[in-house]
Amino acid sequence: MSPTPKSTGAAKPAAKPAAKPAAKPAAKPAAKPAAKPKLAIFGAASCGGCDIAIVNIHEHILEVAAAFDIVLWPTVMDGKYSDIEAMEDGEITITLVSGSMRTDETVHLARLLRRKSKFVVAFGSCASEGCIPGLANLSSRKQIIDTAFSTSSTENPDGIRPVWEYQAPEGVLHLPEFEPMLRTLDQVVEVDYTIPGCPPESTQIWAALQAVVAALNGTGPLPPKGSVLGAGESTVCDECPRKRDVKKIDRFVRIQQVAGFDPEICLLEQGLPCNGPATRDGCGALCPSVAAPCIGCYGAAEGVIDYGARLMSAYASVIEAQKPEEIDKILDGIPDPVGQFYRFSLAGSLLRSSKSAWQNDGE
Amino acid sequence: MSAQAPVAPAPTEGAATAVATFEPVIIGFTCNWCSYRAADLAGTARVKYPPNVRLIRLMCSGRLDPTFVLKAFSEGADAVLVSGCHPGECHYIEQNYKALRRFQLLQRTIEALGIEPGRFQLVWASAAEGVRLANEIARVTEEVRALGPLNWPAASLVDIDGVDLEAAWEATGGDAGGPPETAGGVNPDHATAESAR
Repeated sequence: MSPTPKSTGAAKPAAKPAAKPAAKPAAKPAAKPAAKPKLAIFGAASCGGCDIAIVNIHEHILEVAAAFDIVLWPTVMDGKYSDIEAMEDGEITITLVSGSMRTDETVHLARLLRRKSKFVVAFGSCASEGCIPGLANLSSRKQIIDTAFSTSSTENPDGIRPVWEYQAPEGVLHLPEFEPMLRTLDQVVEVDYTIPGCPPESTQIWAALQAVVAALNGTGPLPPKGSVLGAGESTVCDECPRKRDVKKIDRFVRIQQVAGFDPEICLLEQGLPCNGPATRDGCGALCPSVAAPCIGCYGAAEGVIDYGARLMSAYASVIEAQKPEEIDKILDGIPDPVGQFYRFSLAGSLLRSSKSAWQNDGE
Repeated sequence: MSAQAPVAPAPTEGAATAVATFEPVIIGFTCNWCSYRAADLAGTARVKYPPNVRLIRLMCSGRLDPTFVLKAFSEGADAVLVSGCHPGECHYIEQNYKALRRFQLLQRTIEALGIEPGRFQLVWASAAEGVRLANEIARVTEEVRALGPLNWPAASLVDIDGVDLEAAWEATGGDAGGPPETAGGVNPDHATAESAR
């Protein structure tokens, strides 16, 4: 679509900031070529970390702005949902959705953007597997709202509770409704690509964006639908510099319980519950390299259906015990199995939630 | 949903007259060398066991990936039974210990997610223990019958076709309280069992 990616990419950023230093990078001044593909970046239920990670590609962001017409990015620039609604179907080339589906508003917008976009990318852990907000699926909607509005630590003397519809003198006000269960993007709309990570590493984001731009310019292959972009196809263990040899453990400990960890030996072999064996590579094994166990933010490794299942399988294989009581004693070292095995992936797992969350039997 | 019901549990003798017998769906993973042969032996010896269990043969109980168990629960099983060679008698030397460790770890995890421990059980049975396996299957079936249906709704709440989550939710008994009974995640086998009586 836009000709010669390299030259436009290099020329525009130099020219633009000089001309309009304080201007929004993308929207108006770049309207001239008219054929630029449109890009939307939408954050649903997320912390904003994914947006920060995108901006962390530093000056490359100017190349992104040069290559795309950014039509929506609520965290960074102005953009109206009504403008999106007015677009033709498929007019947006790529939409990056970070964040999970928590309210009916986010679901509505995800569907709207799906309709208006050629490609939808589940960007980051929240969109692809639920991430930390997905742990809310351990509680029912009532329990969550009770905790937020009615616990002793909450200053709420009038007992105010959220309502989704409110009759004001001017008319009925609608608030986004908190859905019964948090869902991942691919449980709500069709997703073309996934970029994992909490947040995705900026170098990986840039690599993925470059691949997409190359594909749009016809200078590279379009990744097959369903691909995971910006990550590897193996596990964090593959990238981890630590040595593995014994592959047997007789206890699980927390890092503060033991003095003097070996700086070179595998953390799991030293008894630290490290999620490396089930987690997709692509982060560069940042955490285990500095003696912090992997917590699994890059999601399930290639071919893994259920992240927690793979990790449980891996842990069970290295535990050195044969008697049920001994095994139990070792497993007591993992006091919160759901938090350990599904910290980032509960909403995207096979079971998706706890029973009390969907049965509301906690009351 | 109930249209594609697989083989319904043949109502046990007298079920037609019994009042509202709940027929649980139990997925049984057995190993090629011991427990599957025990089930075979039970068959040739004409030892009866409840038809609620659907046996799946693995080469070894150590082949049991926790994914299989979670998939069974998420797609409508009321219970999962794992069976393998007795400790120390594994055809592959010690893989049934691996199965034991996976079982204990998975048991803790699904319990934290609210699935009763009785819905996930481990039974050792040698190739000669057809009667023992049949008795264990009968015991597990009765225990799960007492627990009632699980009806895990996960799969039915995927909204990719624009299904109204709120409506689907209420159909599972979600916020209305009480156990889900109709629509939503109802197991097609249950529906058949009900219409059969």
